[in-house]
Amino acid sequence: MIPELGHFALIIAFAIAVVQSIVPLIGAARNQAALISMAKPAALAQLLFVSLAYAALTHAFIVHDFSVLYVSQHSNMVQPLMYRISGVWGSHEGSLLLWGLILALWSVAVAVYSKNLPEILMARVLAVMGMISVGFIAFMLFTSNPFERIFPVPLDGSELNPMLQDPGLIFHPPLLYMGYVGFSVAFAFAVAALLGGKLDATWARWSRPWTTIAWSFLTLGIALGSWWAYNELGWGGWWFWDPVENASFMPWLVGTALIHSLASTEKRGVFKSWTVLLAILAFSLSLLGMFIVRSGVLVSVHAFATDPARGVFILVFLIVVVGGSLALYAWRSATVVSFGRFQWFSRETALLLNNIIFLTAATAVLVGTMYPLVVDAFGLGKISVGRPYFDTMFALVAIPLLLLLGAGPSIRWKGDSWSRVASSYAAYFMISLVVGLLIPFLIEDKLNIATGLGLAGALWVALTALRDLFQRISRKLKLSASFLGMVMAHFGVAVFVAGVTVTMTYSEEKDLRMVPGSSYTISGYDFHFKGTRKVQGPNYLADEAVIEIWKEGKRIGELLPQKRVYTGKSNPMTDASIDIAFTRDLYAALGEELEGGAWSMRVYYKPLIRWIWLGTLFMTFGGVLAVSDRRYRQTIKQKLTGKAPAAASA
Amino acid sequence: MNKRSRRKVLIIGIVFGVSLATVLGLTAFEENLLYFYSPTDVKAGKAPGTHSFRVGGLVVAGSVNREPDSLKIVFDVTDNQEEMTIEYTGILPDLFREGQGIVAMGNLQPDGRFVAQEVLAKHDENYMPPEVADALKTSEEAAKKAAY
Repeated sequence: MIPELGHFALIIAFAIAVVQSIVPLIGAARNQAALISMAKPAALAQLLFVSLAYAALTHAFIVHDFSVLYVSQHSNMVQPLMYRISGVWGSHEGSLLLWGLILALWSVAVAVYSKNLPEILMARVLAVMGMISVGFIAFMLFTSNPFERIFPVPLDGSELNPMLQDPGLIFHPPLLYMGYVGFSVAFAFAVAALLGGKLDATWARWSRPWTTIAWSFLTLGIALGSWWAYNELGWGGWWFWDPVENASFMPWLVGTALIHSLASTEKRGVFKSWTVLLAILAFSLSLLGMFIVRSGVLVSVHAFATDPARGVFILVFLIVVVGGSLALYAWRSATVVSFGRFQWFSRETALLLNNIIFLTAATAVLVGTMYPLVVDAFGLGKISVGRPYFDTMFALVAIPLLLLLGAGPSIRWKGDSWSRVASSYAAYFMISLVVGLLIPFLIEDKLNIATGLGLAGALWVALTALRDLFQRISRKLKLSASFLGMVMAHFGVAVFVAGVTVTMTYSEEKDLRMVPGSSYTISGYDFHFKGTRKVQGPNYLADEAVIEIWKEGKRIGELLPQKRVYTGKSNPMTDASIDIAFTRDLYAALGEELEGGAWSMRVYYKPLIRWIWLGTLFMTFGGVLAVSDRRYRQTIKQKLTGKAPAAASA
Repeated sequence: MNKRSRRKVLIIGIVFGVSLATVLGLTAFEENLLYFYSPTDVKAGKAPGTHSFRVGGLVVAGSVNREPDSLKIVFDVTDNQEEMTIEYTGILPDLFREGQGIVAMGNLQPDGRFVAQEVLAKHDENYMPPEVADALKTSEEAAKKAAY
């Protein structure tokens, strides 16, 4: 009964979404207050019914209702409660429902927290979000109904993919969706502004905090996915340029360009139509990501759908959203006039360069990801693009980006003098370059330009971020939350770059054949293999190896990697064991049992790998801090005068 | 420099930078394209001699041999038409099994052996790499034609 109620709730939500997407727009066009005011209650009602549907599916998982096909496919009697609740988004249908729920949540958040927004703009924003909702719920109802029943009812279900039974699963998809779907707010603001033809700096101020917070969620979601892959997959890498990873990375790159471009638009009223285009692009790439992941054109741990009807539906949805919004853009963007003037050496130019760099990077990822799919679609053969392509592209992009990132934030709006900037930063530049190149020289006793430049870039960004901060403190200038957020995020980039550079250069990885009692040394750490034992988990049986780690005659830790066989599955699963420290990770994963009690084993030494995720945490919280800035909560009445506000920050 | 020529310099700089990135990008792209071949293709000499490529098929039952004192493994893959031998040193993925579809990335050696740097068996037990599935279908059709 409850699953039927859930299904029914979803149908009602669909009807409400249709109303939400049409009525307020008619109201806005005819200026009828009654119709305009329908938007908010519709958004609230939609959230209510999507939540009911979501609760119904969760309930079916918790009480083991295997008469629901989706539940029977993704949970069984022994599955722990935690993984039954998160199992809802463990596969296609449920994750769509989660997507729908998050979309409804964002809509209500906009309705509740944007009290200063003119009603007519609010109506348009909510209507656009309603349209997206219509697409998603229709997708569920017509091709991927999570409440579909199965008869006869199985006694037990088949288990959730063991790979997904990890605490990472609980947080990774919801955070990622918060980011993806969060860009729909920026998209809705952009489309609403195009519809209304009124696109001024206050528009940028309204949509900016939403974009930044969505970006923060996406950053954290991607970082968590990376951390999860590192922990769970037993390959010891943190990024694989897998098409699915790329699918989440492209909206991130364009989203990063967008939050910087919004800064120009808000502060100076420039690049308006460019910013609108970026907002459309960021959300379009989120949808493209969904298409790549969910249409079945790719197969990986993330790809669930193989039903061609679903792929066609998403493709049509994608064409309608992207095509429709671009057509609207082409039609209306001529009405959008940017009036701010600036000189060639100015903050505006720096932010423009930032945008060019990020879009170049996004294009590189797009080409590498889509080219094989296109070639395959035309029957021209099966190809894939190797990882070195992406690594090369990002090394190339990183150099101008880091260079710009150091000095860019303190170049003045409108125009600045080259000599002022050069003289304030020359010393920092030289110190970073010399120290950066010196570090690998001291370690390796020879010049390593690539690593040296990476470290120099990280130092340059970190030092200049700290310099800007301390200079403001020493001059007793006001430290706004958005300035602190920016410094924090940029400092995070430095930490991230240092982590990536050192990990890529100095990691040691070794596949070994080890017999109990033997030991192996990498980078000064002795791995002593003591032997294996059997371990019984809640729903698996494992072989667990005991590996002691010694350094300079002292025992510093123990690694317990496992090879698990989950009940009901025939293939084993690798569960790596990691000894974590601020400066390095030691990592061991079990291969398989060989002759004579020996095991194949993979051991790693990964210096500074923690810094990669630490850096992304800095970026995430930098975003959150920036959003907490007071000016976003003030009633926005001031007219744009063309003057830069005193507390300028990007 | 006056304003206008500065702007020109800026625009030229941007155009130059983006073109440079495009050229370098396309070069890197070209070099890192990996083509997929079935064992039949490889036997027919379609695969490149030096460049890396990917090959896929089903692991032939009973063909997996390990060297006792190292991590070297030799096994055969088939598209049900032709078989070829793959050498790999290292740890195989969890889902590597006889009869399972796998994809290997590596090079042909001058003596004709295929040495893999990477062996992939995807995450799902019921899953067949799409390249392998296609290769099997092609060879099946070829076999049918041959029977007539």
